[in-house]
Amino acid sequence: MKSYLLPEFKIIRDDDRCIRCQVCVRQCGFGVHTYDEENDIIISDESKCVGCQRCAVFCPTNALTIMTNPYEYRPNANWRKEFINDVKKQAEGGGVILTGCGNDKPYKIYWDHIVLNASQVTNPSIDPLREPMELRTYLGSKTNQLEMVDGELKTVLTSQVMIETPIIFSALSYGAISFNAQTSLARAASEFGTLFNSGEGGLPKELRKYGKNAIVQCASGRFGVDPEYLNSSAVVEIKIGQGAKPGIGGHLPGEKVSIPVSRTRMIPEGTDALSPAPQHDIYSIEDLSTLIYALKETTNYEKPISVKIAAVHNSAAIASGMVRAGADIIALDGIRGGTGAAPKIIRDNVGIPIELALAAVDERLRKERIRNKCSIIVAGGFRNAGDIIKAIALGADAVYIATAALVAMGCTLCQKCYTGICNWGICTTDPWLSKRINPDIATKRLTNLLRGWSLEIKEMLGGMGINAIESLRGNRHHLRGVGLNKWELDVLGIKGAGE
Amino acid sequence: MKDLKNIANPFNDDKVSANCSIFGMMNLSGTTFSGKDILTAIKNMRVRSNGLGGGFACYGLYPKYPDHYALHLMYNTREAKEISENFIDKHFFITRAEEIPTKQIKEIIDPPEFWRYFVHPKTELDKNHYDDYVVEMVMTINTQIQDTFVFSSGKNMAVFKGVGFPGDIGRFFMIEDYTGYIWLAHGRFPTNTLGWWGGAHPFNILDWSVVHNGEISSYGTNQRFLEMYGYKCSLYTDTEVIAYAADLLMRRHNLPIEVASKILAPPLWNTIDRMDKKEKELYTSLRQVYGGLLMNGPFSIVIARNGEMIGLTDRVRLRPLTAAVNSDMLYISSEEAPIRLIDPNIEYAWIPKGGEPIIGRLSEKKVIYNEKLTLQDLNKEA
Amino acid sequence: MNNLQNGTSIKIDAKEIFYKDLNNFILDSALKGIKKIILNNVFGQRYIASRLYNIPKIEIEVFGTPGNDLGAFNDGHQITVYGNAQDGVGNTMNEGEIIIHGHAGDILGMSARGGKIFVRDYVGYRAALHMKHYKDKKPIIVIGGTAQDFIGEYMAGGIVILLGLGLKKGESHKPNFVGTGMHGGTIYIRGVVNSFQLGKEVGIVELTEEDHKIIEENVKKYANYFNKDVDEILNNDFIKLIPISKRPYGKLYVY
Repeated sequence: MKSYLLPEFKIIRDDDRCIRCQVCVRQCGFGVHTYDEENDIIISDESKCVGCQRCAVFCPTNALTIMTNPYEYRPNANWRKEFINDVKKQAEGGGVILTGCGNDKPYKIYWDHIVLNASQVTNPSIDPLREPMELRTYLGSKTNQLEMVDGELKTVLTSQVMIETPIIFSALSYGAISFNAQTSLARAASEFGTLFNSGEGGLPKELRKYGKNAIVQCASGRFGVDPEYLNSSAVVEIKIGQGAKPGIGGHLPGEKVSIPVSRTRMIPEGTDALSPAPQHDIYSIEDLSTLIYALKETTNYEKPISVKIAAVHNSAAIASGMVRAGADIIALDGIRGGTGAAPKIIRDNVGIPIELALAAVDERLRKERIRNKCSIIVAGGFRNAGDIIKAIALGADAVYIATAALVAMGCTLCQKCYTGICNWGICTTDPWLSKRINPDIATKRLTNLLRGWSLEIKEMLGGMGINAIESLRGNRHHLRGVGLNKWELDVLGIKGAGE
Repeated sequence: MKDLKNIANPFNDDKVSANCSIFGMMNLSGTTFSGKDILTAIKNMRVRSNGLGGGFACYGLYPKYPDHYALHLMYNTREAKEISENFIDKHFFITRAEEIPTKQIKEIIDPPEFWRYFVHPKTELDKNHYDDYVVEMVMTINTQIQDTFVFSSGKNMAVFKGVGFPGDIGRFFMIEDYTGYIWLAHGRFPTNTLGWWGGAHPFNILDWSVVHNGEISSYGTNQRFLEMYGYKCSLYTDTEVIAYAADLLMRRHNLPIEVASKILAPPLWNTIDRMDKKEKELYTSLRQVYGGLLMNGPFSIVIARNGEMIGLTDRVRLRPLTAAVNSDMLYISSEEAPIRLIDPNIEYAWIPKGGEPIIGRLSEKKVIYNEKLTLQDLNKEA
Repeated sequence: MNNLQNGTSIKIDAKEIFYKDLNNFILDSALKGIKKIILNNVFGQRYIASRLYNIPKIEIEVFGTPGNDLGAFNDGHQITVYGNAQDGVGNTMNEGEIIIHGHAGDILGMSARGGKIFVRDYVGYRAALHMKHYKDKKPIIVIGGTAQDFIGEYMAGGIVILLGLGLKKGESHKPNFVGTGMHGGTIYIRGVVNSFQLGKEVGIVELTEEDHKIIEENVKKYANYFNKDVDEILNNDFIKLIPISKRPYGKLYVY
């Protein structure tokens, strides 16, 4: 069947600059560029181009410009280009449209409508370069009260995990991302004193030495989950849902289940790794409690248990139930959260923004006086330190970042993660492509990012006259809304600017 | 309660979610027994609840007043009691009024005051309409009078419930001192605090009492369907909706429980496609007309009314239920362990199929399961 | 706690002991070198044997009705239950053996990736759900009676043998949606199953010599545990179900 789709990208090659070195030919895993030896020209098949810019970045003479193909259908505010093209795809293939990365639709991004405070006159701002500035955070359930008898502390807290910055690498499973990419995340977390998250694909034996910095997931597929895996971690996370695809499971296609991936997931090579939509031992809140305590038993009550859900309509009530079910950490993933593969229709339409979910959950847990019983980690499209510090002021203990970490390693959000081909060597298990991530360099790029953002958080904290992150947690007085409706301000629990 | 909605649903959620442990036991000969065993049974499943609600229902409780509606009310203030009693006096003939005995225990904090009234309707209406009259009066008190709530309104039965673990609630109401031939118990695991005693379960209206475990995904559809028949779903819980559905189907539409259960948990279309013509027509019609009452999503329930106890799960059995029998006794429970704990001589315990009701019926002195099966056949049934 | 030690075995009355305390006791006993633990009067205590990670193999005998998640994440221990078991037996089990002298509830052996489970009677919904195998780790479940719906749902590996004992002659097995979403492993069924009872991802194939050997070996163990007649069980036709594809959902997507 002839495809009626036009190429998404246009490739402009400046022939005066092109030296026929064929770097572009070798860099493109999608086979866009081919060298015609007879005529000494490079031919580019634009229909295969995903716009990842790998060839342009590596072109030694900057001869390539990759841009969105500027073709247009007749303007139509309803039938926009994207919808016409999606219909064509499905008419030609008859299936569910798959995509990668987070929701790219123009839902309101509340971070862009919230501004921060700074000290002027009445209390001093602090210079973080010379004054102490503490970002250390402990994740885990706290008691409401400490008991002391004869000057001795009697209360023993349940297990707590320390992080030096409130930024954690979010779940990225081995199989979805390459071994080198996961290694870089593990090493960066370990060097910086924070955590990485194994995702649901198991933890390769080689990375278990970073277990003290690992959150290991127990998801519906239970891939690679055995007592050794659970015990070689800092935190065990029950994955109920993901912001990019609330309510559905996942398939790691057989092509991506290479020998090492199969070893880590403990399934035969080449089989689809199916993650069922629900965890089939959890059909209700008291079943969640059953699994939380099964994991506590299996890890001898030594690890905090996190429960991750997608942010949905009733997140506040659900979160309250999760805390009562024994969760030590609640992880919320908003509608802009990323993914290696999700049906586009789900990614673009299901869930709620993380800002609103976080505000509602924190508020509910405080009203019910159980906020101390858990830590809250939020995820879903955090782009910079400003987003993060606003989340902490809304009530989060820490923030999960994944897309930002991938971008640090080279990702350009081309959204083709599900193909198994990633020219940046991140979202692939192809050994040739995977080698493009050099763990030494990628680790450095990741720790640089953590350092830069942590410094920025300190700068902003100092500006507000605060020198310990816990003084900002849930401190909504330092936030004001701009361009928000009353209901939005109410849900966020903040005033409008000038109020 | 004037602002029942705010009290039952303080955070204005779409509905109030709760999962639970449930237990029911019945003597098929109608012999009454004390609440001691059910207290032991529900305490055994403590990890299935979280201390935010517990309760019991008992049938055959008031043999002295078998024909009276037994109205059970909770009052938060003296004034509420006065206003409510005036209202009851105006609309009912009160044969007897008494405070419900309770025992102070340290686990139970700040309970309301409990009274019960054995009454006959004061109305010109025909006897056939007494039930509707009582429902209307109960709904009026529950939505018009401040700080008052009617939590039980059937004949020869009562509900006792409150905020706490079920074991503590049972001790508070001294249920060991009561006897009945059907007992239900409930241990609650809500997803948020409801420091309100009326919000605990069982839920009761007239004779119907329901204990329920699960979270029905079709709640909005079920609620709006029932509203078309005049029910006010003011508590925002699945349990309330199930009780109204039972009342509508079995009392008002006069359908047998075997059929009603196939409305709440209908067979899948591919099963219906394989049925013979007559059966196919019945099941297709049930889904066409009562599709709005399909309880879609996980549930297991025990429903009781005078003379009958029914256990049922959703059609793909997403919530557990175990049944057991020993001579005259029928047990239905979230788990088997508590049944064995209170009755070590169980003759037969089994896991019912999803959507297949287990019915204990006093009039026939038998257990009905899988439509045609009697108790003797159960041993062969998987 | 009221317990009685005899050499390397120990007996305890578990009545009214909270599961965490009971599992503490089991762990402490195992750490002290106890090899066999007998639990009397068990009424609903959960997670029996789950705490025994990295502990040399011990045997646990349960008299009564153990609670949910019996042997969840079991790492190599043998558990024998004299009575019925509830939901979640052998959930995500890694190694070991669980023997149930009675029936078992829902999701038996869910996500198990090793070990063996023998159930004398029938099992509830979703047995062997998403069970997997990897190399030498191959979970095996033998069920004496029949099962309820969705047995072998999402099954990705391992073996289920469903014997159908107690069914009348010619009576078909109970479950619908057998092996729905199955993409690995094998289900052997003794007795009648109608095609409409099978999930659309499974197919019926001929048994090989190898299959008969697997069945015989495991039926012998089953018969031995529950004192049944091996020949009578084996003297009956079995059918073999395997997934049609390792990639049941390969054609679901467009890009």
